[in-house]
Amino acid sequence: MSVSVDSASALPAASERQRRLFGIGMRAPGALATSVLVLFALGVVLFLGFRTNDGSLLGGAFTLDNFKTALTDPLYATVILRSLAIAGFVTLATVVTAYPVAYYLAFHAGKHRGLLLFVVTLPFWTSYLLRVFAWKVVLAFNGVLNSALLVTGITSEPILAFLNTPAAVVVTLAHAYAAFAILPIYVALENVPRSLIEAAEDLGARPTSIFRRIILPISMPGVMAAALVVFVPTVGDYVTPALVGGPNSTMIGSMIQAQFGKANDWPFGAALSVIVMLVILAVVAIARVADKRFGSKT
Amino acid sequence: MNPTSPTKAPWLTIYVVAYVLFLYLPIAIIPLFSFNNSIQAAFPLSGFTLEWYRSLFDNENLHRAFQTSLIVGVSAAFLATSIGVTVGYMEVAGGDRASRLISALCRLPILIPGVIVGIALLILVNLAGLGPSRMAIVLGHTLVALPTAVVIMRGRFSSLPRSFSEVAMDLGAHEWTTFRRIVLPLAAPAIASSFMLSFLTSFDEFIVAFFLSGTEPTLPLFVWGQLRFPKALPSVMALGTFILLASIVIATGAEIIRRRGASNDELPVTTPRPLPIS
Repeated sequence: MSVSVDSASALPAASERQRRLFGIGMRAPGALATSVLVLFALGVVLFLGFRTNDGSLLGGAFTLDNFKTALTDPLYATVILRSLAIAGFVTLATVVTAYPVAYYLAFHAGKHRGLLLFVVTLPFWTSYLLRVFAWKVVLAFNGVLNSALLVTGITSEPILAFLNTPAAVVVTLAHAYAAFAILPIYVALENVPRSLIEAAEDLGARPTSIFRRIILPISMPGVMAAALVVFVPTVGDYVTPALVGGPNSTMIGSMIQAQFGKANDWPFGAALSVIVMLVILAVVAIARVADKRFGSKT
Repeated sequence: MNPTSPTKAPWLTIYVVAYVLFLYLPIAIIPLFSFNNSIQAAFPLSGFTLEWYRSLFDNENLHRAFQTSLIVGVSAAFLATSIGVTVGYMEVAGGDRASRLISALCRLPILIPGVIVGIALLILVNLAGLGPSRMAIVLGHTLVALPTAVVIMRGRFSSLPRSFSEVAMDLGAHEWTTFRRIVLPLAAPAIASSFMLSFLTSFDEFIVAFFLSGTEPTLPLFVWGQLRFPKALPSVMALGTFILLASIVIATGAEIIRRRGASNDELPVTTPRPLPIS
């Protein structure tokens, strides 16, 4: 390392300029893409959220009414709370059901680990729209699940309550984001020092207390990361409530879409988006605090 | 029950098998009923047919949507991978604050719901005078694929032995020459893998394209349009079978290529370890 530093300092000025140009050239694509597509685009959404709707692209005048309406009108407050509740249920269900799979991967999968990891992540790479569509077909009144129950004689008439319910949304979303939850938990479980477990065993700890007092606390950062990556896409989801949710499952994503479609009130849609981003920011902050707390324990 | 030894855990094994079934069975519904001789997707299966597949061949709109998806996917994959290569390399080789910030911003879209990415870019392309169009979808999909591309590329660059490029530079090669002649060839499998997965992300993406498409829908948008017509559902399943098959082939190929390139990392790239919050 020291050799290359010495030779670098001995380089002539032309090479130094070339080195700087290389640095600039290599940073340019990323800097351009992120400043335009991420920073500027989100900035414009924030700006538009504080504008009145006069039909023009950037709104008429500054106002706080969009946020006032979104937070006080019971219609929007209900939808926002429902989105949080559904995303919360999905996150909880996904993380709790994924944990044993991650545990199996980390401690019991043996030489099949690579294959099993691939198997649980593969569905993630298939079309999300098609997976939701599949659930619509499964849960429909004349659909796969009902007809299977009828054919096998488990029920005598179709069950109406599958499709168009918030429960359908929760199941479909939990299915869609399963892989998201397994992987971070698995990574955290991989990091549990095996020596710690052996030491506890030697001292006579029972398996349940080893799990509760060693494995679970150490894997908590993974659980937090899993909760976060499931919560974010579900809280703003549009496709699933639209296809399997029915009228009682409208979520904030559908509301935002409507403002940019039928309702044609872009500033209000932008304000709703800002609220969603703030909610996500708050969840990220909570996850980080929790992460630090669990982190300091170990 | 020693969790460190590969002892049998029968209940856990059963649970994992059930979980994998839960993951795959709903998806398997689509190919199963694409061969079923009935408009209604319900049991019992009424008979075998290839009618739904035949109906795909003379559908002009479908062919155009497929073409749009290919063009958009290849363009977005090219852009996302190019950016991913430069950002990933600068984060690993440069390691300076600016490079790390750019990399974190590239991974930020993971934390933005698709609807918001869609509306933000819709406002952006309207401001730019571009409007909803193929080009707009390309920009949107580049953004959506960027986190994956950056994560794959920086993973590969950080596993490259530094000595290679140091030797080259000690021998008098410039940064650019070293990058082009030493680093890029060594990273070729990861580049291929990043390109394939970025393409796949775009090919399957719906919600961002939903906001940004003009007169030319992509394949998922075509599927969405068909969902309104109950009679079209069997054809959607036939088309869906093709799309699922393409996704599985591309994802498997990308994973095989990537593992050959970096045999020390068995984790799939979807692993959301590098959260942009850290």
